[in-house]
Amino acid sequence: MHALLNSKWTKAVVFVICLLPLGSLAWRGFHNDLTANPIEFITHATGDWTLRFLVFTLCITPFRKILRLPELIRFRRMLGLFAFFYACLHFTTYIWFDKFFDLAEMWKDIAKRKYITVGFTAFVLLIPLALTSTAGWIRRLGGKRWQMLHRLIYFSATLGVIHYYWLVKSAVLKPLIYGAIVALLLLWRFLESISKKNQVAARAVGPRTASLSG
Amino acid sequence: MLIRKPTDLNYSDVTPKSIYTNRRKFLRAMGIVGVSAAAGAAWWELASPTHEARATSKLGIASKSPFSTTEKQTPYNDVTHYNNFYEFGTDKTDPAKNAQNFGVSPWTVSVEGEVKKPRKFSMDDILKIAPLEERIYRHRCVERWSIVVPWIGFPFSELAKLVEPTPKAQYVAFETFFNPSQMPQAKYSGLDYPYVEGLRLDEAMNPLCLVGVGMYGETLPNQDGAPVRMVVPWKYGYKSIKSIVKIRFVTKEPPTTWNRSAPDEYGFYSNVNPNVEHPRWSQAKERRLGEIFMRNTLMFNGYGDQVASLYNGMDLKKYH
Repeated sequence: MHALLNSKWTKAVVFVICLLPLGSLAWRGFHNDLTANPIEFITHATGDWTLRFLVFTLCITPFRKILRLPELIRFRRMLGLFAFFYACLHFTTYIWFDKFFDLAEMWKDIAKRKYITVGFTAFVLLIPLALTSTAGWIRRLGGKRWQMLHRLIYFSATLGVIHYYWLVKSAVLKPLIYGAIVALLLLWRFLESISKKNQVAARAVGPRTASLSG
Repeated sequence: MLIRKPTDLNYSDVTPKSIYTNRRKFLRAMGIVGVSAAAGAAWWELASPTHEARATSKLGIASKSPFSTTEKQTPYNDVTHYNNFYEFGTDKTDPAKNAQNFGVSPWTVSVEGEVKKPRKFSMDDILKIAPLEERIYRHRCVERWSIVVPWIGFPFSELAKLVEPTPKAQYVAFETFFNPSQMPQAKYSGLDYPYVEGLRLDEAMNPLCLVGVGMYGETLPNQDGAPVRMVVPWKYGYKSIKSIVKIRFVTKEPPTTWNRSAPDEYGFYSNVNPNVEHPRWSQAKERRLGEIFMRNTLMFNGYGDQVASLYNGMDLKKYH
């Protein structure tokens, strides 16, 4: 498993897999299979995949720890960038086929429609993360600060779920499922940070308490 | 187009349903046994390339209507494969997939309430209420897409005449068939069932208001509200209730499904109105299926000449 995850081929394969949703859209478009309302279909599909890739990205850290597979870190940046990639496609279909590049209309929409306000915010929050995703930027910012910055993904994912929830007419089941998954992933991080703090505190107090808890 | 005298028509004659619903089994049998002459007639229907396995059949049309638009009709396949019928799932492509085994025969519509002659109608009875007309109407969904559909039906007022509403009748309440075992996706849709809708009596009696029994020269496909539905072209699509089993003439404004679900978003009237926004999106524009650019939405969906007088003096923002 470790060797497999470390192979550069695995990375290439995952990259190709991440492109499949786009490939599927292209294939369906080519075969005239995007329903009678292709623009809506593409908007929904790219939105769905943005949320999914945000979830995949958020899964990496817990899975590394729980499954004891630290190598999974090799895929985190790629998954995050694919989330941004699908978010860009999603935003492009909106600005192009809903607003026809009428920026004044777009800003009115963003200011007025709650679900667009949060969706747009979720998208904007991803931009600095994509820009600073390189090793150079990690070095320039320093690991700690870089990590702080990249916690913006928590907000982006949460706002993405709210965007979806506010968009549907009555069928809230799917947005609630996304919401539950994101909540679970964030909860794990919260509990993890508490237990880490306790460990640090335990070490600070000394071996006696540590042995008690052990 | 298909012209047949409506008088020689029985709903049961019209729908050789077993053949259609068992299409796969039928085709398999055909493959094994070989083409049998007896199945020839049905085979022609199935093999005809423009008619993919449809559980529908031809309907006679008595007359064209001056109410019909000359706009380009939306292709049949789009109208049947992109629509809402939440009992069969909330994706636009779900109704076509999930409504195939929906049993619409036999069918009874009970007309009751404030009427002198309450009555249960079979589909055969319904087809005999009045000569069938083709009405090519614009249909505007609250979700900002629209279609142009050649419906077949007759004015609702013809049905009302038969049951004779009493002076107390002020509204008409409609109810859609509901059976969770035939509609297993309904429970995920977030709506309460059975689906109910309503109209003010004078709205229902407006000549545009149609009892729909077919479209595109044929009986209604299951996913589009078979076997009988309302068509109210100046209101958002969800007011045109599908697969009706009950019609009640009542004294008070009846509850309606979408209004119950989100009262600030879906009013009782739900007239198409580009000036009254849905709280979450603008209603000023719409996308006609098959088009890329949005077009302006028309007041009362372009039927103002026929219906605007129904709302004289009303605040259409308040009574949205």
